[in-house]
Amino acid sequence: MKYLKQCCIIFGITMAGELLNALLPLPVPAGVYGLFLLLAGLCAGIVKLEQVEEAGSFLLDIMPVMFIPVTVGLIENYDLIKAVAIPLVVISAASTVIVMAVTGKASEFLVSLTGKEKKQDE
Amino acid sequence: MNELLMNSACFGFALTLGAYLLGGWLKKKTGLAVMNPLLAAVVIIMAFLIIFKVDYKVYEAGARYVSFLLTPATVCLAIPLYKQLRLLKDNLLAVAAGITSGVLSSAVSIFALSRLFGLNHEYYVTLLPKSITTAIGMGVSQETGGIVVLTVVSIIITGILGNVIGETVFRVLNIKNPIARGLALGTSAHAIGTAKALELGEVEGAMSSLAIAVAGLMTVAVVPFAASWL
Repeated sequence: MKYLKQCCIIFGITMAGELLNALLPLPVPAGVYGLFLLLAGLCAGIVKLEQVEEAGSFLLDIMPVMFIPVTVGLIENYDLIKAVAIPLVVISAASTVIVMAVTGKASEFLVSLTGKEKKQDE
Repeated sequence: MNELLMNSACFGFALTLGAYLLGGWLKKKTGLAVMNPLLAAVVIIMAFLIIFKVDYKVYEAGARYVSFLLTPATVCLAIPLYKQLRLLKDNLLAVAAGITSGVLSSAVSIFALSRLFGLNHEYYVTLLPKSITTAIGMGVSQETGGIVVLTVVSIIITGILGNVIGETVFRVLNIKNPIARGLALGTSAHAIGTAKALELGEVEGAMSSLAIAVAGLMTVAVVPFAASWL
């Protein structure tokens, strides 16, 4: 029953996120609305961490699996991709590495500069 | 084969889980970083569908229930974020500036690379939202006149790549701070990158989760300006 209750809370908040997504004219996806609703609920003490933690951790653990079907679906668009495959893949790859490097380096520098973090990395 | 498997509601579901477990087993056996379980599973399933001539639709009929869990899982990203809220408050400025640097470098690098390849405006705006989560990226692409299907393709390629090479990039560039690692994964490779961040640690996962939302919304604001560059 514990897991059932946790799932009920998580799917209930997800539903609220989906309704907000349908009702509000903002470019915010249902999952992101739900994320902030759950975060607000946890901060306000309406939802207790132990009321969502186990089912939530399970969903986060298996998250990579959830991207498999849509990625396999790329074969459906093979013809469309084939026409621009080289620039598409090269630009996507190069830009991803650049963004990752810039964000990582900049954040690391800024955290060391401004952060009050107590050297918890290693 | 098609007609036989059409009778199984669980075929796509079972194949997805099985291929991922096989991918994990391959990684463990070979110890190779390129043996990413997510990527391996995708290759295994594609090969299976092609070899046995199974339609994607037949696979998708069962696999959609795996995809269905993505929205509730995204909601659950609030859990690591909540646990690391203090750390976030202590580093708020650095976090905000770090994500901003990523969003700007995304627009600038796509502009420069599109120029290099001589892409037209349509393809350029198609690629602009490639680092953000699909649900936001599709809207951005549509708004600026991009080809939405190709935007989704580039978003998925970006995510898978970020997931696969993240650890290598951090090692080569010597990025050790968990806040920086999380922000880098979430800003560059949205939710698929965040799946990797969650594997690296709770701080990484929390920061990456935050970056999905912040980078996504920031990109909505930046793209209309960037779209006029080319």
